[in-house]
Amino acid sequence: MDIPSGKAKREVIDQAVIRFAGDSGDGMQITGSQFTNTVAIYGNDIATFPDFPAEIRAPAGTVPGVSGFQLNFSSGEVYTPGDSVDVLVAMNPAALKVNLADLKANGILIVNSDSFEEVDLRKAHVTSNPLEDNTLDKFRVFPVELQRLTRAALQHLGLDAKSMDRCKNFFALGMCYWLYNRSIDPTIRWIDDKFSKKPLLSEANKLALKAGYSYCEATEAFQISYEIPPAQLTPGTYRNLSGNQALAIGFVTAAQKAGLKLYLGSYPITPASDILHELSKYKNFGVLTFQAEDEIAAITSSIGAAYSGALAITTTSGPGMALKTEAIGLAAMTELPIVICDIQRGGPSTGLPTKTEQADLLQAMFGRNSEAPVPVLAPSTPGDCFWIALEASRIALKYMVPVIVLSDGYLANGAEPWRIPTAEEIPPIPVKFETNPEGFFPYKRDPQTLARPWAIPGTPGLEHRIGGIEKQEITGNVNYEPLNHEKMVRIRAAKVDAIRQDIPNAMPTGDPEGDLLLVSWGSTFGSVTQAVKEQREKGRKIGHLHLRHLNPLPSNVGEVLKRYKKVLVPELNMGQLLWMLRAKFLVDAVGLNKIQGRPFKQSELEQKIEEMLGV
Amino acid sequence: MTTAALPPLTRKDFQTDQEVRWCPGCGDYAILAAVQTVFPELGVRRENFVVISGIGCASRFPYYMNTFGFHTIHGRAPAVATGLKIAHPELEVWLVTGDGDALAIGGNHTIHMLRRNVGIKFLLFNNRIYGLTKGQYSPTSEFQKVTKSTPYGSPDRPFNPISLAIGAEATFVARSVDIFQAHLKDTLRAAAAHKGSAFVEILQNCNIFNDGAWTGITEKDARSERVIQLEHGKPLVFGKTHDKGIRRKPDGDIEVVPLGNGISESDLIVHDAHHPRPSYAFLLSHMEDRPGFPTPIGVLRAWDDLPRYEDVVNDQVAAITQQKGPGNLNKLLRGGDVWEVK
Repeated sequence: MDIPSGKAKREVIDQAVIRFAGDSGDGMQITGSQFTNTVAIYGNDIATFPDFPAEIRAPAGTVPGVSGFQLNFSSGEVYTPGDSVDVLVAMNPAALKVNLADLKANGILIVNSDSFEEVDLRKAHVTSNPLEDNTLDKFRVFPVELQRLTRAALQHLGLDAKSMDRCKNFFALGMCYWLYNRSIDPTIRWIDDKFSKKPLLSEANKLALKAGYSYCEATEAFQISYEIPPAQLTPGTYRNLSGNQALAIGFVTAAQKAGLKLYLGSYPITPASDILHELSKYKNFGVLTFQAEDEIAAITSSIGAAYSGALAITTTSGPGMALKTEAIGLAAMTELPIVICDIQRGGPSTGLPTKTEQADLLQAMFGRNSEAPVPVLAPSTPGDCFWIALEASRIALKYMVPVIVLSDGYLANGAEPWRIPTAEEIPPIPVKFETNPEGFFPYKRDPQTLARPWAIPGTPGLEHRIGGIEKQEITGNVNYEPLNHEKMVRIRAAKVDAIRQDIPNAMPTGDPEGDLLLVSWGSTFGSVTQAVKEQREKGRKIGHLHLRHLNPLPSNVGEVLKRYKKVLVPELNMGQLLWMLRAKFLVDAVGLNKIQGRPFKQSELEQKIEEMLGV
Repeated sequence: MTTAALPPLTRKDFQTDQEVRWCPGCGDYAILAAVQTVFPELGVRRENFVVISGIGCASRFPYYMNTFGFHTIHGRAPAVATGLKIAHPELEVWLVTGDGDALAIGGNHTIHMLRRNVGIKFLLFNNRIYGLTKGQYSPTSEFQKVTKSTPYGSPDRPFNPISLAIGAEATFVARSVDIFQAHLKDTLRAAAAHKGSAFVEILQNCNIFNDGAWTGITEKDARSERVIQLEHGKPLVFGKTHDKGIRRKPDGDIEVVPLGNGISESDLIVHDAHHPRPSYAFLLSHMEDRPGFPTPIGVLRAWDDLPRYEDVVNDQVAAITQQKGPGNLNKLLRGGDVWEVK
């Protein structure tokens, strides 16, 4: 479909934030992802924030059932989904109630006016109809009878009312495409593919989408439409990628590059399950997926697979991580390479299953009995999850050690344009199985990496026993002697520490020295980057150090911290990296801590920066 | 995995240089001897054996077997072994566990391994006590048993491991006794011949914390009077002079009957270990709890028509690879909608 040639005014802008909000049954996540995909293909830089309830279907029309999807798209670089929104699509009063505070003054509000009856207002505990009182005075409000118009467009298909109503999100999506001058074709292709076996539903959704688009054109409802030119991204081929997808294809790539089978032992848990779903599709890459009976079997089966020579991983979230604790200790003791992905969520206990948090850092660092250090890595963006999967696999296989990857709900479900590497430009991961019985001992180490040999069952002459009991150095036999134990504890720690020599130095961005350094890790990368950028444009002398390797830390972190007068550590927890940095480097760093199940807003960071700089 | 001609192996090939550290007189010694006798007979290269255990006295077993061995953590051996078998189905995996390891802390993994029919030989050493922690009651201890943790008697009712395994629809379920060496070896051979999960309960004495755990069936005359040795295709007969048998009642239940006086072996149940459904084996499995009935030993169930789990998983990988062609990394990386930035 061509870009409209109507009489409405068309304005070129740099950037917009749009949020789709409705019931969890209204298809808001699909609507949001479709809009995202379309603008990404067009060439805008994007950042997304899907925000949905833990309940699969909370009672329709109620506040707990509200599901939202926010997208920031731009002709420039985008690091965050945006603090506030330019366009809000609200499918019912509950969605309006929950999201209105984030809509900018004079922002566009598209509401489904068919769902503002007395009964709808009551479900949302709204006493007065916001479409009739003055609640919405400061916004540009577009009440649209989404239900009636969708039904009118589909009535000839012979569908029941419920099925027709399910298409109204595509009507709204069609309107948004018109508003931003975007082609409906990518979504048409998606519908064709998705409903290839249900031609009637395919037709219905396409009609609804087109009807929404044509409605704007015919009625000139908006009087204005916007154009956001493509962003100047690094040249290359791009795709839209979420963090969980990126981890999945990252591990497939790692296994291929190492010439090993990929084994995933996993137990379903939000927000990690998508990695299991994704990897289960790639059987033609030799991927073995095992949906275990529980979290413990998930990791211990991975240990069994690693023992037999596979690249073995397990995926989970905080509560599952707690259950895997003892097994991580076993992998550390038997020095077998596994990767444990913890897609963090709000806690403790069941906590906030669908909301993001960074509060498992200290669990990853120390959550085992006795001395059992393991490498800990954290991806900084959804696309970086791919590279972290490769790095975690490389470290695990080279050093014969369990490695923890700390992603989170925000990275897992959020998406960004990802420049696709070619398979050839990704370096191989060398792996050597021991085969020579001459002088073989299961705990005789490589002098440089301190890794023990990987001697897998089926290799003649290498029969040996391993286990969780303390080992004698070199022979690996059971040994309870005091000095041997201390030696082995120190060797296991030294092995992890030696990885420091094998990772890049920390490189702060912004000012290389100055008044303030922000230190971040994980998914706060985007908001901290954006805040530092804005503040530097105002002339502040500040730097930003983002850590992907959390254990061991890069060698020069202590030195970098000293180059700034003050250090601020923003985290979505009570100050866990802060605690580590203070303890390790005796630096008087301060924290900015948010524990609301949501990412930082740029404004929250900037406010703290200004407070610390006294400006 | 090597496929060259198999060198002849002996019991000695499976012994390690590690000092065996079970208490003198422990039933585990007899089981170790039986396993080391049977392994060389199986036609499997030594490097292809993997012995996996959990935690407990029994679980020290791998250290004394000169094979690949993995002494894992409490209760988790079935899960470790399952991962190993999925990744390397050709390995010969034997799992050694105890009543606490397999039925308390690892109960979940035990039943799931069995229902999946992973090709693992599962040896459960049942001494009805916690030995390594020095004498607390276990999930197979008798009701009201006095132990260190139950000075006034245990309030727990025990699991019957055989019933539990059959309930989980294990495809091979057998029982033997540590001191019945010939029977034990035959039972291990039968387990070795089974492709799917093979569950073997081995009744074992703990002479330190639960001496006489099984004297009810091992003391003089008990073996013939209170034990029935099951053999596929043979009638259910027991007694010192083969004077008793087990007969099906019209209501489907079973009864013990004396032979003679018009009742002959042809009236008795003929043992059918190969029946596809587990209900008959289940009926036999808990007859020992009923007055006058004997304790069954031997193979209760050996139905090997179900594919092994690891084969199902790997066959699916092979079939999809055949259908789609081997994975192409560049195609994977470029999956979904892509666009060019110039």
